[in-house]
Amino acid sequence: MTALLELRHVTKTFQRGVFNRRQTVAVENFSFVVNTEPASITAVVGESGSGKTTLARIMLGVAAPTQGEVLYNGKDLRTLTREERRTFRREVQIIFQDPFDVYNPFYKVDHVLDVPIGKFGLAHSQPEKRALAEQALKTVGLRPEETLGRYPHQLSGGQRQRIMVARALLLKPKLIIADEPVSMIDASSRATVLANLRQLNQEFGISIIYITHDLTTAYQISENIIVLYAGSVAEIGTVELVVNQPRHPYTQLLIGSIPLPDPTRHWKPDGQAAQATVSPPGHSGCKFAVRCPHVMPKCQTNAPPLYRTNAHQFTACYLHESASPVSEVEIASDFSSSTSAAGLQPS
Amino acid sequence: MTAPADNGSAAPILQVRDLHVYYHTPLGPVKAVDGVSFSLKAGERFGVVGESGSGKSTIALSLLRMHKPPARIEGGQILLDGTDLVTLSGAEVRLLRLATVALIAQGAMNSLNPVIRVRDQMMDGLKDHGERLSRSELNVRVCELLERVGLNPEVAQLFPHELSGGMKQRVVIAIAISLRPKVIVADEPTSALDVVVQMQVMETLRKVQQELGSAVILVGHDMGLMAQFVDRLAVMYAGKLVEVSPVHDIFAAPLHPYTALLIASLPTLRAKSQLLGIPGLPPSLLNRGGGCSFFARCPKAMDVCRTEEPALRAIQPGHWVACHLF
Repeated sequence: MTALLELRHVTKTFQRGVFNRRQTVAVENFSFVVNTEPASITAVVGESGSGKTTLARIMLGVAAPTQGEVLYNGKDLRTLTREERRTFRREVQIIFQDPFDVYNPFYKVDHVLDVPIGKFGLAHSQPEKRALAEQALKTVGLRPEETLGRYPHQLSGGQRQRIMVARALLLKPKLIIADEPVSMIDASSRATVLANLRQLNQEFGISIIYITHDLTTAYQISENIIVLYAGSVAEIGTVELVVNQPRHPYTQLLIGSIPLPDPTRHWKPDGQAAQATVSPPGHSGCKFAVRCPHVMPKCQTNAPPLYRTNAHQFTACYLHESASPVSEVEIASDFSSSTSAAGLQPS
Repeated sequence: MTAPADNGSAAPILQVRDLHVYYHTPLGPVKAVDGVSFSLKAGERFGVVGESGSGKSTIALSLLRMHKPPARIEGGQILLDGTDLVTLSGAEVRLLRLATVALIAQGAMNSLNPVIRVRDQMMDGLKDHGERLSRSELNVRVCELLERVGLNPEVAQLFPHELSGGMKQRVVIAIAISLRPKVIVADEPTSALDVVVQMQVMETLRKVQQELGSAVILVGHDMGLMAQFVDRLAVMYAGKLVEVSPVHDIFAAPLHPYTALLIASLPTLRAKSQLLGIPGLPPSLLNRGGGCSFFARCPKAMDVCRTEEPALRAIQPGHWVACHLF
């Protein structure tokens, strides 16, 4: 079976400076497979600057990779015909981080639902259009009479984000890429939006790539998790394994930094690792080496491959050198045969 | 109305009494802060948690009289070390800002001037408040302050864009503590930062606050951060405090249904659970009805809640709640 979306050895670099060319590597040699049967939720977790959003843009086809290719149903995104591109635009949807910026304040919120209905010719009459919009809103738990006909400023951040979920649902996509969908809305509505995403996955069989910096929400909704550090994969696996027995020092740091809602259990700052330092340009070793509490000489010179640290867990760290290194094919097959469908590896 | 305070013996450094701050709009006054009272003593860390639109940022700004029109303080007192800020003149309040009460604003990294070096921005406040020091003495002060917040003194010569978000936030903390204020108001100081950096910044703030003995008011929406940082926590809903308690008690046994729902809606790493939001929306602060403002969303609402507004009362020593259930 061909995967819906496949990233092969994708690298994206940004150039800056006119005279002194400096390169920023946003994503490095990233491979990834999204199968849609069965539908899965995969979380991509990392701090700002780890390349999460660049990755989302590449998967959406709005940014072209510097190296590597993005395949949609086995075909390179750059070679799609007009018709195929239209289908791609419909089957792969995005939910953005900021529920305030995506609305034009001069239009009623109906606009964001009407445009896709019109563009993809989903309805042939005004009542049909209205019925579609209402149905999508009801599915995400909004009351159409309280949302349609209003202006964006009359709705809360949570409501606006749920309308975006409804918009994505309207097009019956196969994959939704949600880029930090709950980071800008209130804690009280956060859970509701996440429940909506989970519902889309379970009831409509839509795969979701959930991009976030928040491990707690990732743990709550996803099956697989990819921890990115500076554009490379630090750790990947089923969410239970990665969160409960993190093997990579960076994942351990991320988990230790979460402010627990429990005053009796104090977070534990770790001086060196928590200092955000960037490795010098031209550094060929492990990118986390400058912050790593367990750094070894070889970490400075060669980037570690992914090792199989558990049945469904892979860690790019020399601390687990005794485990066997794995190739991307193995990981991909491991994930599509086990709980769900994602696999990758920087080789 | 008495102010919920820790029942310790120390005299309070800040007392807010029955504070009302309204935004005057063409449709009528929006009661963003509607009769809030609390007090805190020297060195205490006090949290104010609430949803957006609950009035928590308005409280933070009005504590420094930095609210802008159409907002106006309609009543109440803000007693800072015995002086009522509400009655002071603009010039007098200006002298108190930074020197006695300092603000770490929301998105504070954007409050640095992008075209001025960190050193000069830090000296600004010192000079303005009449520190008569030579340039080299000022330099020493700046370096000391930067070291205190865990930054390399060389940062002084850099421009803000050369710093990461966490470093900028620490520069802002260094500026805030430069005149050893008695109260630091921190309004969502880490909302734009990653978890790892957030932990570092909060630990830095805790460290300098303890060294200086300043009181901190942390305003935010993250219950997890509150649990890790504050000694006492106030939960704000629709312009009023609905629960005030030592942080251990509030997490062990929240009394107000809103507090309980806020805690229950937090995702954790411990067990996968049902994702529970709080249904409904906060009421408009424009025309508020008579009863409890949480009535429409409350799972435990009773008839009395519709008509009568509950007062904030002490249920146990130090634990205050505004709910008819108690």
